[in-house]
Amino acid sequence: MSPDFLNFIETVLNGLMTGVMYALVALGFVLIFKASGIFNFAQGVMALFAALTLVGLQTGQMPFSHLINATFGTDIHHWGPGLPTILAILMTMAVMIVLAFTIEKVVLKHLVNQEPIILFMATIGLAYFLEGFGDLMWGADVKPLDVGLPTGGSFWLEDVTTSWATAGSEYYGMYIDTLDVSAAIIAIILVIALTIFSQYTATGRALRAVADDHQAALSVGISLRSIWVIVWSISGFVALVAGIMWGAKSGVQFSLSLIALKALPVLILGGFTSIPGAIVGGLIIGVGEKLAEAYIGPLVGGAVENWFAYMVALAFLLFRPQGLYGEKIIERI
Amino acid sequence: MKLSKLAIVTAMAAMVGGTPALADLVFPSLSYRTGPYGANGIPFADGYADYFTLLNERDGGINGVNAKVIECETGYNTQKGVECYESTKGEGALVYQPLSTGITYQLIPKATADGIPVHSMGYGRTSAANGKVFSHVFNYPGTYWDAASIIVNHILEENGGDVKGKKIALVYHNSAYGKEPIRTLEELSKKYGFELMLVPVDHPGQEQKSQWLQIRRERPDYVLMWGWGVMNQVAIKEAANIRFPMDKFIGVWWSGSELDVAPAGDGANGYKSVTFHGVGDDFPIFEDIKKHVVDTGKAAGAGDQVGTVLYNRGMYAAMLAAEAARTAQKMHDTKELTPAQMRDGMEALKVDAARMTELGLAGFGPEINVSCENHGGPGLGAIAQWDAAKGTWSLINEFGPADRGVIDALIMEDSKAYAAENNIPERCS
Repeated sequence: MSPDFLNFIETVLNGLMTGVMYALVALGFVLIFKASGIFNFAQGVMALFAALTLVGLQTGQMPFSHLINATFGTDIHHWGPGLPTILAILMTMAVMIVLAFTIEKVVLKHLVNQEPIILFMATIGLAYFLEGFGDLMWGADVKPLDVGLPTGGSFWLEDVTTSWATAGSEYYGMYIDTLDVSAAIIAIILVIALTIFSQYTATGRALRAVADDHQAALSVGISLRSIWVIVWSISGFVALVAGIMWGAKSGVQFSLSLIALKALPVLILGGFTSIPGAIVGGLIIGVGEKLAEAYIGPLVGGAVENWFAYMVALAFLLFRPQGLYGEKIIERI
Repeated sequence: MKLSKLAIVTAMAAMVGGTPALADLVFPSLSYRTGPYGANGIPFADGYADYFTLLNERDGGINGVNAKVIECETGYNTQKGVECYESTKGEGALVYQPLSTGITYQLIPKATADGIPVHSMGYGRTSAANGKVFSHVFNYPGTYWDAASIIVNHILEENGGDVKGKKIALVYHNSAYGKEPIRTLEELSKKYGFELMLVPVDHPGQEQKSQWLQIRRERPDYVLMWGWGVMNQVAIKEAANIRFPMDKFIGVWWSGSELDVAPAGDGANGYKSVTFHGVGDDFPIFEDIKKHVVDTGKAAGAGDQVGTVLYNRGMYAAMLAAEAARTAQKMHDTKELTPAQMRDGMEALKVDAARMTELGLAGFGPEINVSCENHGGPGLGAIAQWDAAKGTWSLINEFGPADRGVIDALIMEDSKAYAAENNIPERCS
């Protein structure tokens, strides 16, 4: 095969892997929007907060140490050697569940039956609060995150694919980051688990009922508030997974909250209410932007992938305003 | 009776007042401790504030006058930075350190009109080094164009002076800041015959797969980086992932802190960065900072950043501001300063090796001579290299010069164009 064709395949594969990373972020948005009609502006910050908590627990960092030391004149930065990764992940999940309870209690329950824009504004406030709270709790430095997943290019794939190129051509093998492969596997497991949960469990069915019609769900005795806590907890879990994957790439730092920007074109394309839509949307955006950067970028000076993702999403909107898998809204007058 | 009471009150007031208190020397700090770039902003802001605290605590201020740092949070946002400038300039601000190229560009006309000097140390508009055009803007001790040239000099050194046919890639933040070195590198590429490959990365730079696939395919001999914040960390990690030789990967001074190499772990070993000041905490000044500032609980932050690259840079910026204030006090024979006097002090700033030793910073940076014509200072830089095992940066060569023939011509060209656009008459004649 010609190196150009192999490079094309490499670009597509890497686009797919990147798309999975975008989909991980988009999933959190979809879960909350589906169950409550809220566009959760704080989803990116939730991923950041979850990752900060995980690293803090893993490394034994004392929460609020700056505040404690400034108030009491102490010099405490760590409470111990830290927790093993699995335990730290479980503890972080517990923190995210507590956060979901708190959000329901302090924010959402007071806003039942309010306009969607009010709920959206509340999540903007939540995002700013959580960012500041995370800073106060864990500090603003860049924290390396290692949960034991492999990282770096796969030697095996490089070796195997080098021989695919036409003899004598300059080809160095195909590159795929093993961390991206792990992310793809985890995303597949996550989607299967979420599908089983929503299709085959009573809570999942209740969640779908709430998503379909709040009033009808309430009339058959489903507690809207419990459902909100559950869905924000699940969304917190998805945020944790996204935070781990993105944090392992760049270190856990406050720019992690900006990954939400990467989810927006995915949501526009896939629809705000569909889990498969988030995945397929992520894959299309991932592949589209990587191909655009590789083949259109050199013609226009590069750095086209950010706007290209939105262009693709907008082009889809022209034909399917509800997104690929979104629910068609028909309002009769 | 009434008169005598009044006389007593007046006399007491005079006694209590004594000699009138001197006004503080005000140094605003446009810092960013929050937001996506907060991790980088904190150490610089800490270093800047801690140095002035040291002067106040140890020496009783600058020639007996208290130095006051007013912090204003910009979040590395240009609009907020301008708001910070507007809200603090009336406080007696002597010099602004905008700490952002975007904010610097906005402040150049404003601060010039207000008569307040701006010190964009190693960032901002490179051609502001021409003092004939930019009366109130200083970017000593070095500019982006110096940095680009010093890196190319290092590459020349490694290749026996011949880089003809070599391919050098520039991975840059797709912004005014990131694009600054392109013009210089294009000129140097013509002069030395290397091929320049441009690889832009959009803000914030969290996803760089395309860029590093391109680098992996095109196999440049060297990669240079003009990045900031998360872009640096991701780029170094991606370079390690594709097994690009780290000793051929060289960043500008804003891409060379401990924060940038930490996420890549051992993979970052050997990564290089150009710098205009020393690294580490093996200088007497840091003992003083620990003794008078950190241990007494007066540090601006947690006191855990002392000796890191960005803390040192903030401290160095404060030292240069303090030395310029001393120069201004001497020139104008006054202890209290106006921004105009401070500007004069900055333009006549001289920091030689003996003074650096007195300050507890022997060898920390090159000698500095600022003049009316040259606001860019010596334009010297050294290469620092990261040792992942030790977790330290070390200088691997001496502070060396940029290619002045190329750089000065570019500075003249750009600054003259700016002067023509804005009808600015040349000064210093």
